[in-house]
Amino acid sequence: MNSFFLILVVIGLSVAGYAVGRARSVFAAAGDVRILHSLPSYYGMFVALGCGLPAILLLAIWLIIQPQIVDHMVMSGLDPSIMPQNADAYSLMLTDIRNLSSGNATSREASPAIVAATERYLALQSIGFWSMVVGVVCIAMLGLAWARSQISRNFRARNAVEKIIRALLIVCSMIAILTTVGIVLSLIFESIRFFARVPFFDFLFGIHWSPQTAIRAEQVGASGSFGAVPLFAGTMLITLIAMLVAGPIGLLSAIYMAEYANPKFRGIAKPMLEVLAGIPTVVYGFFAALTVAPMIRGWGEGVGLDVSSESALAAGLVMGIMIIPFVSSLSDDVINSVPQSLRDGSYGLGATKSETIRHVIIPAALPGIVGAFLLAVSRAIGETMIVVMAAGLASNLTANPFEAVTTVTVQIVTLLVGDQEFDSAKTLAAFALGLVLFFVTLGLNVVALRVVRKYREKYD
Amino acid sequence: MSEKKKMAKSDASPASKETPPSATPKMKGDKVKVFYGEKQALMDVDLDIKPNEVTALIGPSGCGKSTFLRCLNRMNDVIDICRVEGKITLDDEDIYDSTLDPVQLRARVGMVFQKPNPFPKSIYDNIAYGPRIHGTAQSKADIDEIVETSLTKAGLFGEVKDRLLEPGTGLSGGQQQRLCIARAIAVNPEVILMDEPCSALDPIATAKIEELIDELRENYTIVIVTHSMQQAARVSQRTAFFHLGELVEVGDTEQIFTNPNDSRTQGYITGRFG
Repeated sequence: MNSFFLILVVIGLSVAGYAVGRARSVFAAAGDVRILHSLPSYYGMFVALGCGLPAILLLAIWLIIQPQIVDHMVMSGLDPSIMPQNADAYSLMLTDIRNLSSGNATSREASPAIVAATERYLALQSIGFWSMVVGVVCIAMLGLAWARSQISRNFRARNAVEKIIRALLIVCSMIAILTTVGIVLSLIFESIRFFARVPFFDFLFGIHWSPQTAIRAEQVGASGSFGAVPLFAGTMLITLIAMLVAGPIGLLSAIYMAEYANPKFRGIAKPMLEVLAGIPTVVYGFFAALTVAPMIRGWGEGVGLDVSSESALAAGLVMGIMIIPFVSSLSDDVINSVPQSLRDGSYGLGATKSETIRHVIIPAALPGIVGAFLLAVSRAIGETMIVVMAAGLASNLTANPFEAVTTVTVQIVTLLVGDQEFDSAKTLAAFALGLVLFFVTLGLNVVALRVVRKYREKYD
Repeated sequence: MSEKKKMAKSDASPASKETPPSATPKMKGDKVKVFYGEKQALMDVDLDIKPNEVTALIGPSGCGKSTFLRCLNRMNDVIDICRVEGKITLDDEDIYDSTLDPVQLRARVGMVFQKPNPFPKSIYDNIAYGPRIHGTAQSKADIDEIVETSLTKAGLFGEVKDRLLEPGTGLSGGQQQRLCIARAIAVNPEVILMDEPCSALDPIATAKIEELIDELRENYTIVIVTHSMQQAARVSQRTAFFHLGELVEVGDTEQIFTNPNDSRTQGYITGRFG
């Protein structure tokens, strides 16, 4: 028996609670459910929640806290003579005990003291588990009994259930928010560790990126310089190329879809354009690396240009294709939400369709279009797969789209791929880069959403 | 029925307005039929619009009066499923002729809509929009002049002259509607179509617009769709009554309101239906 079965037991009790609550309410109404405040199912729901929620809550808290208490009790119960002196030795010994208790081989031969501690560990764990079972089942029963005792003819079960559901919804939304906050905090703390090794301004304004740190002191080729400017420049170059592709094509296709296309064409073309957004980016990636990049190199050779086989242009072009749907779909929506009365007003003055679009519709939809562009930019900056495959790893500081460049996301990938030690400047640099990326895209998203919202207010 | 009394009182006013007796029609509808898909919305409407007069189109909702109005400057072209048959002329020129450009037509036959719809631009740019796209004004001074005269004619210049560069959407509803009228005037049309121009406005703003319509009659031919019979009686010289897609009766406003020929007209204006 483990915690999973305990959860099943609690669920079973809740189901029973539902039946009990329902039956109780029907009994309280003496068979005439119309005199009850709420429908019988609400009473059942109330008892089920009263039984299940506290029990599950207790279970969750217990599962988090128990291992810590057990660890502490085992370690403090050790013979003082073998008590580890520092934190590393402490955690090493604890790992030994745990491994031994689950029957795995340990790194060293177990001393009798460790074996004794392991037995103690197992005993404590079993005590902890069974007291958890008893505690959880008791709480479930108590909750059931309490909720059942609340039921009377006038008890407002419907309102009570409503409140509980509201609380559940709040908890769910808090989980998303807290996770985000947690990620941001971990980024910040790891970045602070990085900046303790590499000065902040060297990172932000340095123009040389070569993140190889020495493992041995005499190692060569491990300069370990962390100037991120080439990465920012590469990211911006590729984003710029991507937007030069996606901006005009996306906007113009949105105009066509919204203003010129007949409903039949629009009904086919719009979903097809949106399929572009559904293609996995890794597919775009090998398309970029295997098709577009060699093609561009071939053209370059044709006109006598020196194009590297992994060029910023190839990655930017393919990324541009990828974000066309972001631009076109959002722009199409905002153009459609420009009121028909404005079009009528313009046509009524003798303007042609394209004059109306240029002078009335685009200006009216401009905030929304800007928002769409900004969202597309933040998408382009954060995009990884295409640039990993097509843009290369060389951190050139260049504005030449025919050369290989590298981006922030690509470097994060290469820094963290493979076995890494998590306290070297090399690994920590990934967090610092991630932090920069996070702030840039966050800023862009905030601005974009603001712009879009401002626009919405105007016409609703 | 205090409204009735008011109406009766205002009935007297159109009579005092002299209309040219033997004017040839500015616009002429001849057996106009309109279809929305399969559904016929107008049946054989013959209606003359006389110059420098206000012609009011009245009738219950869905009777086709707005549809007819929108035929006069081919605004129905914008609706895909709409089909127009019959003949409509402007100065004896068929406006549905294939050689005629509807865009040019709309510069000659302007339109003011039910809901004020200023563009999200400055007041100045709203007025300058028409002259700019039609190239009627060459220099900035020309446009300045057009803006000022149009706003003056619409009775709005005094209220907005210090904030011409502020957005037109910031004005009050009545001011916005007068801005839209000024915008239509700026193109210097021959005919102005108004589709329930006061239905979104309060009584004071409505009074101002009605006064304005009466002044504009001097230089323009006006066709107005309205749901308010008092308004039709107050501002128009001729009234056409539509019912179920048919033109039931047309005549001098005074005659329609005091002595209608058709019993349906009688029923509508006395409030028995509609």
